[in-house]
Amino acid sequence: MEVPILKQGHYLIASIQSALTDADLSQLREALIERVGRFRARGVIVDVTALDVMDSFAVRTLRDIAHMARLRGADTVIVGIQPEVAFAMVQLGLTLKGVATALDLEEGLAFLNQQGEGRLEDRRPPGGRIDRG
Amino acid sequence: MADELRLPIAADVDVVQARQQGREVAANAGFTSGDQTVIAAAISEIARNILMYAKRGEIVLSVVANGDRQGVVVIARDQGPGIRDIARALQDGYSTSGGLGLGLPGAKRLMDEFELTSAVGQGTTVTMKKWRRLG
Ligand SMILES: Nc1ncnc2c1ncn2[C@@H]1O[C@H](COP(=O)(O)OP(=O)(O)OP(=O)(O)O)[C@@H](O)[C@H]1O
Ligand SMILES: [Mg+2]
Repeated sequence: MEVPILKQGHYLIASIQSALTDADLSQLREALIERVGRFRARGVIVDVTALDVMDSFAVRTLRDIAHMARLRGADTVIVGIQPEVAFAMVQLGLTLKGVATALDLEEGLAFLNQQGEGRLEDRRPPGGRIDRG
Repeated sequence: MADELRLPIAADVDVVQARQQGREVAANAGFTSGDQTVIAAAISEIARNILMYAKRGEIVLSVVANGDRQGVVVIARDQGPGIRDIARALQDGYSTSGGLGLGLPGAKRLMDEFELTSAVGQGTTVTMKKWRRLG
């Protein structure tokens, strides 16, 4: 089951539609990393709302996606972790350390927009200000 | 037992299939959807271990009653290489495959009962149970 990846402006949005095998997850990782370069994406959103469980392999793959995207210049945010899935993750001892998460797609987009602004701020001259007008 | 479900594990789709069947068995036995997810997550870890370390094996699902309790029983069996140091395998972070080393200890935390038996060169069996009170 291939995960559709949408391009929206500078962002890539991967919406997981169903349970995924390990091979599906690995394929998602490869596809996202390739597309970050091809589309010069600044941000990646992985929507896991439809994922039935988050086990050790899924978490490892999501972490890899975030770290690899970072090395390619894009921020990643994982959205839609369901409460029951979160509960099981905690019991398993799984963390998404170093990976941004948000409640849903909207919050995820807001997060990436904020990161983008931060990047602009970084480029401003000392003591200067960015004129957004 | 008549209502015993035997699921062969030999490919990664079988891991997904096993955890989904586990969820269904738990749902039919009246477990909350939270518990269904917990059981499915534990099965996912144990089934993947079969695939990864033993290449093939099986998961057997059943429902048992015990007084005022009902339980989902998951048995995972393989005839793979076995585990040399069981105590270490059950520790967080111990992995011989560069994994997170959370599958076994995590599944143990998720379930109410967890038993691991293994003999080098003969195979591994994990038996785990989740209970719920009736009424
Ligand atoms: N069925 C099995 N047969 C043989 N060895 C096993 C089996 N299951 C687990 N092991 C051994 O126990 C170790 C710990 O297993 P555990 O599932 O906790 O971690 P892992 O599989 O290494 O990583 P992950 O966090 O991705 O599951 C494994 O690295 C492996 O050496
Ligand atoms: Mg494992």
